[in-house]
Amino acid sequence: MQMHEIEKVVEEYRGNKTFYLKEYIGCVPGQFAMVWLPGVDEKPFSIMNWKGKTAINVEVKGKWSKAIYALKKGDKIGLRGPFGNGFDTKDVKRALLVGGGVGAVPLIPLLEKLKNKKAKIDFLLAARTKERLLFVNELKKVDDKLYITTDDGSAGKKGFATDMLKEILAKSRYDMVYVCGPEVMMQKVHEMCTAKKAASQLSLERYMKCGFGVCGECMVDDKILCVDGPVLTGKELEKSKEFGKSAYLKSGKRVQLREFYAWRQK
Amino acid sequence: MLSTTFLGMKMKNPTRLASGILGVNAASLIRVAKEGAGAVTMKSVGPREREGHKNPTVIDLENGSMLNAVGLPTPGYNNMGEEMEELQVLKKMGVPLIGSLYGTVAAEFREVAEWMALYKPDAVELDISCPNAEWNGTQFACDPRVSSKIVSDVKEVMGKIPVIAKLTPQTHLVVEVGVACEEAGADAICMGNTMPAMSINIEAKRPVLANKKGGMSGPALKPINMKCVYELYEDLDIPIIGEGGVSSGRDAIEYMQAGAAIVGIGTAVRWRGTSVFREVCEEMENWMKENGCKKVSDIVGAGHE
Repeated sequence: MQMHEIEKVVEEYRGNKTFYLKEYIGCVPGQFAMVWLPGVDEKPFSIMNWKGKTAINVEVKGKWSKAIYALKKGDKIGLRGPFGNGFDTKDVKRALLVGGGVGAVPLIPLLEKLKNKKAKIDFLLAARTKERLLFVNELKKVDDKLYITTDDGSAGKKGFATDMLKEILAKSRYDMVYVCGPEVMMQKVHEMCTAKKAASQLSLERYMKCGFGVCGECMVDDKILCVDGPVLTGKELEKSKEFGKSAYLKSGKRVQLREFYAWRQK
Repeated sequence: MLSTTFLGMKMKNPTRLASGILGVNAASLIRVAKEGAGAVTMKSVGPREREGHKNPTVIDLENGSMLNAVGLPTPGYNNMGEEMEELQVLKKMGVPLIGSLYGTVAAEFREVAEWMALYKPDAVELDISCPNAEWNGTQFACDPRVSSKIVSDVKEVMGKIPVIAKLTPQTHLVVEVGVACEEAGADAICMGNTMPAMSINIEAKRPVLANKKGGMSGPALKPINMKCVYELYEDLDIPIIGEGGVSSGRDAIEYMQAGAAIVGIGTAVRWRGTSVFREVCEEMENWMKENGCKKVSDIVGAGHE
């Protein structure tokens, strides 16, 4: 466990902040860290590297996030990691990135990496409302196509990411579709990609304890998400009995995803 | 070369997945069985659903060792039926399943054991040595009389299913506890659990584990449990599972020379992944070939005069 100093805090919108760290943590886009607030709790977060800075982005939900929300420049947080596999960018020249809500976070460093590799990238950013479109100003500076949808129509096209995706996949072909967002959305995106025979990689989320493949808490079928994932390929998920359906509570009890998310909000 | 029989179970090799590593869901155990473990052990099942401790619950220590205070989380046996059904596939695969269970008092061990017996695991291990619960004295295995009571209670309800008592190195009475368990009817001893330990982050000025104290496993535990296995082997007739810091074929052979019939692998999964079982077995085989050993029984107890 290493303590890291917070260098800058940016409020992206009410209830969402990005914490930039003083020290850069090199990692593969899509990898995560276990973030420790002494005396509070420790939770897995995507490591967001962007323009030479390492940050973590936090949406306020329960006790832990309220505690980190109170932290300021100069305060310290504990980090274990980087853990997990991250996104695979080998041989990808044309990619579509699909981010729903805070799911956009791991796609930001991925975008940077793909750009450096001169890949052509389209980005589909979806959120509930205009103000919740994460990093939209940064994304607008990206050369290629930026598609925006909001549930309420306050920006971009009104509707869900999947509505827009249908149109995109009908007219464009990609070497890889990278996805991160709510699992219900990802499940639909996965179905659409599979139907179109488009290769995909999806970043999943489960409750985690160790982060390094021993506690058995984050299983998705027989995949140990913290080491085999958090990024799984569309192919790996094709025969999954648990993706989009079930997850494990802290006790190890298997429950429907709805119950899992209701518990995670606490 | 590595096949062996332990408690009547035919094992392809003398390694097993230690309890508490993976084993929350059935699919993880089936995966480990596919990847070469000689037997697999479930995460301990308790009487009632329990969340365990807050994170951090599992962290790295120096030199590959690990510290954990997960705190006996369990869905409770009432919520485990589905996983138990799924685990029946192990029978077809020829990989024995060792059930593991705990209680906070002797009566609860018996309650969970009665339920577990319904699913006919190949053996049942009693976690009488977890250092991480908030109740005082869940390290029953510090006390020969308490250990004896739990073992004999559970034996009454297990029928022909062998019972393994998992001991702790945190007592000067290891041998006395082992003997008490044997006399109470235990069919084998697992030696053993983690060693109580702590780690403080000096910048945060706090113990890192939310539970402050935890159990240390991995390479640093090996010489401690090694000594206990060696001592138990001298005084017991029942077989011993050597466990604590087995990361390589050499470690496995060392435990077996100390007297272990088979070894458990746990923390090494953190560094070598689930393929560790196959790799450790290959390393054991190579060593045995180079040293003129033909079967597992050539090694067991070889470290004794």
